[in-house]
Amino acid sequence: MTTRRRTPRRDLTAELSDIAQRVVDLARRAGADDAEVLVRDGAELTVKVRLGEPELVQQAGSRALGLRVFKDRRAATTYTSDLRPDALAAFTRDTVALAELSEPDDLNRLPDPGELARDVPDLELFDPSATAIDAAEALRRAKAAEKAAFAYDRRVTNSDGATWSRNVGAVAFATSGGFCGAYRGSYASLYVEPVCDDEGGKKRNGYWWTASRFVAQLDDPEYVGTVAAQRTVAQLGARKVDTCEVPVVFEPEAGRAIPGLLFSVANGAAFYRKASYLIGREGTPVASPLVTIVDDPLIPRAPGSRPFDGDGLPTRRNTIVRDGVLDTVLCDVYSARKLGRASTGSAGRGVGGNPAPTTSNLILCAGEGDRDTIVAATDRGLYVTSMMGFGFNPVTGDFSRGAAGFWIEGGEIAFPVAEVTISANFDDLLRRIDRVGADVDTRSSTQVPTFRVSHMTVAGK
Amino acid sequence: MTEPALRTTLPRAPFSPGGDHEIDARIAEKLLAIALRDGGDYADLYFEYRIGADYVLEDERIKTVGRGVSVGLGVRVVKGDATGYAYTEDLSFDRMAQAARTAGQIAAGGGSHRTFRIEAFAVPNRYSVQSLSLEAPPADKLALLRAADRAARAYDPRIVKVDVSFVEQLKEILVVTSDGRMTRDVLPMVRFGVHTVAEEGSKRQSGRSGGGGRYGLEYFDAPNHTPEWHGREAARIAIAMLDARDAPAGEFEVVLGPADSGILLHEAVGHGLEADFNRKKTSNYSDAIGQQVASPLCTVVDDGTIDHARGSINVDDEGNASRSNVLIENGVLVGYMHDRISARHFGVDPTGNGRRQSFRHMPLPRMTNTSLLPGEHSPEEILRSVKFGVYAKRFSGGQVNISNGDFVFSLTEGYLIEDGRLTAPLKGVNLIGNGPDALRKVTMVGNDYELSDGMWTCGKDGQSVPVGVGTPTVKISKITVGGTQTG
Repeated sequence: MTTRRRTPRRDLTAELSDIAQRVVDLARRAGADDAEVLVRDGAELTVKVRLGEPELVQQAGSRALGLRVFKDRRAATTYTSDLRPDALAAFTRDTVALAELSEPDDLNRLPDPGELARDVPDLELFDPSATAIDAAEALRRAKAAEKAAFAYDRRVTNSDGATWSRNVGAVAFATSGGFCGAYRGSYASLYVEPVCDDEGGKKRNGYWWTASRFVAQLDDPEYVGTVAAQRTVAQLGARKVDTCEVPVVFEPEAGRAIPGLLFSVANGAAFYRKASYLIGREGTPVASPLVTIVDDPLIPRAPGSRPFDGDGLPTRRNTIVRDGVLDTVLCDVYSARKLGRASTGSAGRGVGGNPAPTTSNLILCAGEGDRDTIVAATDRGLYVTSMMGFGFNPVTGDFSRGAAGFWIEGGEIAFPVAEVTISANFDDLLRRIDRVGADVDTRSSTQVPTFRVSHMTVAGK
Repeated sequence: MTEPALRTTLPRAPFSPGGDHEIDARIAEKLLAIALRDGGDYADLYFEYRIGADYVLEDERIKTVGRGVSVGLGVRVVKGDATGYAYTEDLSFDRMAQAARTAGQIAAGGGSHRTFRIEAFAVPNRYSVQSLSLEAPPADKLALLRAADRAARAYDPRIVKVDVSFVEQLKEILVVTSDGRMTRDVLPMVRFGVHTVAEEGSKRQSGRSGGGGRYGLEYFDAPNHTPEWHGREAARIAIAMLDARDAPAGEFEVVLGPADSGILLHEAVGHGLEADFNRKKTSNYSDAIGQQVASPLCTVVDDGTIDHARGSINVDDEGNASRSNVLIENGVLVGYMHDRISARHFGVDPTGNGRRQSFRHMPLPRMTNTSLLPGEHSPEEILRSVKFGVYAKRFSGGQVNISNGDFVFSLTEGYLIEDGRLTAPLKGVNLIGNGPDALRKVTMVGNDYELSDGMWTCGKDGQSVPVGVGTPTVKISKITVGGTQTG
């Protein structure tokens, strides 16, 4: 039920599992028909350096428990950070009483036992050496990164600092239906944000980052600082362009938002709530044939991997869009039942909430070429490196966001662009994808290569 | 339905008088002494107890009821410009002392024994409520959800989906500072929201309405706060937007409606005037005090003392009383919003803007309720003055880049203005502008100031806090509208 790795605190998962199972029993004794308990334990270290001096050292551990009970097909969901035995007993009784306030729903029941995960695969999600980095070492790395940013170019005149951060933790999930699983995880990152002075009193900030579950797999601080500085300086003199309709090339840093938005309309909860323009489109083309989007929770060491889902089901690789056709809509148990189908093992669950469909590692699969070949193949257009705002209507697919990046002229990067918006209906945007690169950025749990949309409205002057 | 055997009297915060872990001046003094043992300049203790509940109605049925409780202590130690921070959810003395020691390590190498005199510091109450929502019978709250659902469905047969949610929360805090101040506050909050989907043939649209603030259930007494009102309003928007057409693309004259458009102030100037960015000189408003940064028609105020407003606080999360602070007066920048660190840096009094998401977070300069004060024109006059432009009524949110002032905000209900009249509804669209540039282009300010009904949550450095925004009708002579129609 737990990972095979030998770690200094290998009893942590057992300890959390014990708590989870104890609370399941308490809930049953308090009158619940069924109960599910999630216990999460985490310890963080965050340090920030600015202008070479420490600005913040934050260290702490925390633990919390989430409970969902079913009684007569009624449900209540509660959480607490007070895990003292007496407090947990009262908390459990209150939760069962609370369930009586909701109304019966036949779908309020545990997954069928046959659906549950039988074992917990070791996906190498925990780096035992993550905690070997102490505050002093973290400060040293953050300082080195910021120093490299200043050293790269004299026009880097200021800094919003360099932050080194790591979290280690564990999660245990137990249900009265017979599931109990637990695993540990770790995550470390370094983020650097230099600032330059531009004309007219404007400032330009840029950033770069590295992140991994394994500390040894982080990029060198000097490299991160240097890239951050390059990206900041490159924006000096950014300007608006005239309103036009042109090809738009998405850098992975900006483009990873696109599969995220697709998921927001290709999941069971959005479907049964009628909050998706994709309802009724399964099995039909919803994107260019170049587009294949998968959700894969089973990639060893990847940031979004998980050995079981928030309902206790085994996780699996799902193909959301295959060669442009909408294939699988991600579901948890509840939304799947609501739609009369089977869960895809995609439930996410936080301590404080109900399970809901979530992505694990969401990937726009690699095509051909890379940033350089795609830009070179674009006579005139916009290369987008960042987007701002929340302009997306899931019900209609209307998409409009602030954007910044570079103008492409004659297949080359010409000058930096800021303060424009890019717009298209999302359905058109996905169908107009006419280039997908092979340069997939794997740092994040949403992974995309460079890709191009044949035309979008760029609103500027 | 039978009334369940649920406790209706709330447990008190364990650190309050009579609680399991009562914190008095003597214990606080001990903890502060430990925090400063390594030589820190300043320390504070932030105790927080939070209890919340939420109710969700989906498909004409109360789907779930939730409740959560959290409690903890955050200890901060400041040495020069550096901060050490630690927290614990366990209020046993040993664990609190351990957090104090961990935070104090930022000042490693110093070392002195200090003693403190902690005294209670009283602040006026801006949000006394008649009865706490959390103490009211749950059936009353379920009735609110059902009333909104019925009103939305009754508005129009094309409404095919209604979701309603109600969230109530009570937060109790105790802030103790090493300069001798001990302050308590109890902060209520309610938030009600309705989401609808309308369908007509193959067309589908959604609408939202909601509000709240630091109220008890009396929030719902006002005519435009009733559950029925919010239900009808969410339905109205979804139906109106069924006929929405593509928005134009490019620079246009834009009229911002009252209340919700205050999000423009929040993004365009508010964040840039938070003093941490200016202390670090990373804001486009750094070193600009005394300069004309907006049209002379603009006076911008951040006011944490508005009765019952979502962003109001009696005391900030570092123990300073909340105030009303003028940021921009007739277009001239007169002040920033400070936390303790920036106030010391600039040599000014704290402004009561040191806020944090929870005991797990250190305080930062944050907005409370940010408003543009009213001007002279009637909203009709302003509208009549526009030949062709966009009228912005409701927004889903916004974002700003602090260093260059570029901001966006997302319009969810907007209309075309043609010859001084509202004509077609427009599909959802983003507006993008630059803070100082947009405020210089404010050419008319209305006399119809309104505070937005409390729905806004502001994010900064990964911390979310509730805020308020407000504005009268405003005309901006030129701003980029991110539609798709280039013709």
